[in-house]
Amino acid sequence: MNFKAMTAVAAALIATAPALMAGGPDDDTMVINGEIEMTTKTEAPAHMEGTGIDTIISGWHFREDETQSQQLDDFENQGMIFVDNARDAWDTVEGEAGESCASCHGTPEDMAGVKPVYPKYVDSAGEVRTLQMQMNACRTERMQAEAWGYDAQPAIEMEALMSSVSRGMPVDVAIDGPAAEAWEMGKEIYYTRYGQLELACASCHEENYGNYIRADHLSQGQVNGFPTYRLKNAKLNGVHSRFRGCVRDTRAETFSTGSPEFVALELYVASRGNGLSVEGPSVRN
Amino acid sequence: MASGVKPRVKVPKSAAAGEEITIKTLISHPMESGQRKDSDGNTIPRSIINRFTCDFNGENVVDVKMEPAISTNPYFEFTATVPEAGEFKFTWYDDDGSVYEDAKEIAIG
Repeated sequence: MNFKAMTAVAAALIATAPALMAGGPDDDTMVINGEIEMTTKTEAPAHMEGTGIDTIISGWHFREDETQSQQLDDFENQGMIFVDNARDAWDTVEGEAGESCASCHGTPEDMAGVKPVYPKYVDSAGEVRTLQMQMNACRTERMQAEAWGYDAQPAIEMEALMSSVSRGMPVDVAIDGPAAEAWEMGKEIYYTRYGQLELACASCHEENYGNYIRADHLSQGQVNGFPTYRLKNAKLNGVHSRFRGCVRDTRAETFSTGSPEFVALELYVASRGNGLSVEGPSVRN
Repeated sequence: MASGVKPRVKVPKSAAAGEEITIKTLISHPMESGQRKDSDGNTIPRSIINRFTCDFNGENVVDVKMEPAISTNPYFEFTATVPEAGEFKFTWYDDDGSVYEDAKEIAIG
């Protein structure tokens, strides 16, 4: 394309879309495999009153069309490669008890509806657990196998499988009752400024979503799409690893993956996405 | 030696005679370029898929020579005209000598 043509295109864009916020969310709709209709924008949950956000928006809307389209077809979504690995692991017997996931839980599809409610308070354990923590409880207590490292490859793959069978269901984590304490802790972390740059989660993802951060678009920081296949590192990324990356970028010492702080933060951030469809494994850049 | 290599292909189950169809292929593979060094400073040996072919009833459809700059999990999408019912055969050649194969039947109708 020559310079004149480019100028003309630029002029046309400015003329037709003067109100578009630079870096803001688009209005595309997401249908996975031509059949699963996804909720990617919806009314904010009641607890977000006063945050200035009345519509919650999936991070998918902040990505380029090319990146978005990769998530629409399981064949093109490279996150599904790891889901396939987890399907093999699901049927694999491990540990002293001679059990596999399938021994108790049947098929992965039988677990539809599990991912949307995690992290949740587990009565028998007396604590709020993420899905990975609950999977490890299964492994160590029932299978008598070794626990997986937090966000380690087999753990993140299994989380992606659990997420993939729940795609299209709305995120629905409980924030009241016994989960309230952890939720409040997560909320406090969300609004606490960390690091030499003194940035809280809210500084970017609540006050400045839709603006640019260097050359990239700031999303609302929703976690409904995790585990996320990122084009930048060609692998699945867990929520806690992503939190670590964000906190590190504020030039702070970060919490560890699987720490009580990040479990609480995951619960709080997940609750800000109550109503959005579970998307994992999503594709982002 | 690459591990976790798994080929996948997507071909329509049927087509009209002479119809142009879209074929998608993906093989999970690390595609180690041979340019990187490990933490001890030693070069990590190159390990890539260096050739990909697709044949239909013995006739070649595509034959691709692949180079180290190609990213992990190489994905190919291409079109082919289907003159008759038959079988698409897909073959990937690994640097380590492994050959991965997949095949898909297509009917006319």
